Amino acid sequence: MAESDEDIVMMDGIRKSFPGVKALEGVDFRLRKGEIHALVGENGAGKSTLIKILTGVERPDQGTITFDGKEVSMKSPQHAQAIGISPVYQEINLCPNLTVAENIMIGAAPMKLGSIDWKLMNQRAEQVLNGLDIDIDVTQTLGSYSVAIQQMTAIARALVISSVKVLILDEPTSSLDTHETKQLFRLMDKLKREGIAIIFITHFLDQIYEITDRITILRNGKLVGSYETQSLPRLELIAKMIGRSLIDYDDMKQAKLESSQHINKSDVLLEAKGLGLSGSVEPFDLVLRRGEVVGLAGLLGSGRSEIARLLFGVDTPDSGSLTMKDKVIDEHSPVQSIDHGLALCPEDRKAEGIVGELTIRENIILAMQANRGVFKYLSLQSQYELADKYIKLLQIATPSADQLIKNLSGGNQQKVILARWLATNPQILILDEPTRGIDVGTKAEIQKLVLTLADEGKACVFISSELEEVMRTSHRIAVLRDRKKIAEFPGDVDANKIMKSMAGSE
Amino acid sequence: MKQNPIFSWRKIIESKLFFPLTALAAILLFDLIFIPDFFAIQIRDGNLYGNVIDILRSGSTVSLLAIGMTLVIATGGVDLSVGAVMAIAASVAALMMNPYVLATQLSPETQRLISDPNFTNSPLALVIVVTLLVASVCGLWNGILVSYARIQPMVATLILMIAGRGIAQLITNGVRIQIFYEPFAFIANGWVVVPFPLYIVALMFVLTWLLTRRSALGLFIESVGTNARSSFFSGVDEKKIKLLAYTFCGFCAGMAGIIASANIKTSDANNIGLTLELDAILAVVIGGTLMSGGRFSLLASIIGALVMQATTISMYARGVPANAVMAIKGVVVILVILLYSEQVKGLVRRITAQRKEAQS
Repeated sequence: MAESDEDIVMMDGIRKSFPGVKALEGVDFRLRKGEIHALVGENGAGKSTLIKILTGVERPDQGTITFDGKEVSMKSPQHAQAIGISPVYQEINLCPNLTVAENIMIGAAPMKLGSIDWKLMNQRAEQVLNGLDIDIDVTQTLGSYSVAIQQMTAIARALVISSVKVLILDEPTSSLDTHETKQLFRLMDKLKREGIAIIFITHFLDQIYEITDRITILRNGKLVGSYETQSLPRLELIAKMIGRSLIDYDDMKQAKLESSQHINKSDVLLEAKGLGLSGSVEPFDLVLRRGEVVGLAGLLGSGRSEIARLLFGVDTPDSGSLTMKDKVIDEHSPVQSIDHGLALCPEDRKAEGIVGELTIRENIILAMQANRGVFKYLSLQSQYELADKYIKLLQIATPSADQLIKNLSGGNQQKVILARWLATNPQILILDEPTRGIDVGTKAEIQKLVLTLADEGKACVFISSELEEVMRTSHRIAVLRDRKKIAEFPGDVDANKIMKSMAGSE
Repeated sequence: MKQNPIFSWRKIIESKLFFPLTALAAILLFDLIFIPDFFAIQIRDGNLYGNVIDILRSGSTVSLLAIGMTLVIATGGVDLSVGAVMAIAASVAALMMNPYVLATQLSPETQRLISDPNFTNSPLALVIVVTLLVASVCGLWNGILVSYARIQPMVATLILMIAGRGIAQLITNGVRIQIFYEPFAFIANGWVVVPFPLYIVALMFVLTWLLTRRSALGLFIESVGTNARSSFFSGVDEKKIKLLAYTFCGFCAGMAGIIASANIKTSDANNIGLTLELDAILAVVIGGTLMSGGRFSLLASIIGALVMQATTISMYARGVPANAVMAIKGVVVILVILLYSEQVKGLVRRITAQRKEAQS
């Protein structure tokens, strides 16, 4: 790659390995002044590690970093920030209970007579935000604003604490709606014109083509290449990311059509009648049949996850009844639900799914062992057999079953959680956002898996904020709005109809 | 240099036992150099005596506490009440063997009767069973507060830590009951080649190890301690696991209380087990279990307990005054804890990596 004065960051031959995992194997990376540069790759491709090295969180085993023409070795995140490299992470590291002004100015607050000059501080915060074309009341708490405003506050903070030359945005749009995303993009465009280089990490391909100038693709810890965004067709980008031709979605349509013929209308596995919990979700009816995938569509906060929690017994309903295979459930708890053949892949993988300090093997057998009880302990040998079986079946990328799950990438963690539930051999599988934060290839794999499971005679509830995905996998789609189930459609319904129903403009 | 994959440097360092064993070895090395005859062992009547034996014997109470405490800490909790529970156990045991002292005036005949080393009011087996039962109930109480009332472990067990010694006083009516019954004293002072308490510790260790590692209990405890919410979602009954851990910890404290009272032949509610809860917690921490819960190793905890005890005995043997010993214990603890810090570990890793490079 040619060197030029325009390159603000040059990373050369970066290598980094963690116990048992080669995260990066000789990656080069160039970032120019005043460009928006997409960093893409599947889960575990090495994006996060590269960013961590650039921001001083991790040190490279080998390789050099040149910043603004000088070779530097990042000593700490503080060091990186001081020289002008500022990350804004997916989970925003701000305090929602402090005011916007406090969040922006903390550590750089103007002082008067040994105490903070609040008036001046608020004025300065306002100035900074105005400079970003954001007009809000800075004396309100940060938590009272939307996630988009919070994101932009984080960016404003980055601008205040140092003279930023490189801004890193890690999945900034994953929890933003379309309008908020537009707002953020306007801001990014403005910063770019001021000469700031932006590294933009996202799973949304549309957004890459909308906003970025160049793309760097990583795969399995190796550099695939850097390209001008305009000269790289979308299909080629995907092919380079996943290193194989895209799984044919038409194929899946066929699979869905075929499997829908196996559904026996009279074979009801689960039936909820007027099931509800005040303050959570209003009473709803839902029927699950053997071999059927029912999708739940709705906006964030429409009650999708709440339904999952009621069905699985995490929350106890205060109205209605739940029947499983003609047995009325009177005790609501995960322990009971698992006993009845239910399984739930929760939405929040980190907080409710993985047990970080345990190995893949232990994570996989956990639910099954909990169901067997304390004393019927699976022998180590059968534990390994089970773990190896699912590692192979779900193609979990790991050197061994003894790897700690926290060392895996998000997509592989999700596969382990899936394996945990498949091991219990459930009749009904509830998947709440199983593909969130997961790359295209794994997404397709998981969607296919859902259809395969249905084919084997299980019933699935599929929850996702991506409508396209829900439509692709579901035989039936229930639409939720404002914590209420409002409609049910067959799986081959027109997407517009569902969206209208979700939005409430019929 | 050729690398042996089984005994690689890194594997040894990352083993749970490495740091506690290193600390213990360092202390013993200190003894070897500075204290003549520290390792000398005498044989009298076929029984072994010496400083090393002393460490093991006097460390038995902390070792027992550490076994129970390990499970509690692994669930992400802590039990501050074990010292007080020891006092309660001692009072219960003493009262059962010798209830007459509660009367203010004893006839000379009764006085003679209870001073008889073969006299006890209740049979020894019953004394032990009831004492352990009472101690377990104390643990159960802690467990209920923590898992069902959802009180923070430190606060929940602080209650019994404060109230426990009062309860122990109430049981004996404020009297320090002397224990004359010889078979009971044997529990702490008896010798069968090695001191009798060692058999109790060994038995408890083996039983607890079997209970946690040959059943799924250990997995569930580690799972609950690492991420209680994920465990709950996976169908692990998080509350019952915690309840069990605290109850078991109370049971261990009861055992320790019996040994402590048998050792000094009295139920001293004010002093039995005093500040021992802190020694037990430190033993577990030295053993590498995180206070936030998760992975645990019983053996490492016991070695941790021995590190604490070896420090004390070595200092006494060297003639260091009792007050200063506490400070030295503090130094040992901080050294071991520093070895665990990720910062220090990273440093070691980098140094070994450089060495490897230099060799190749």
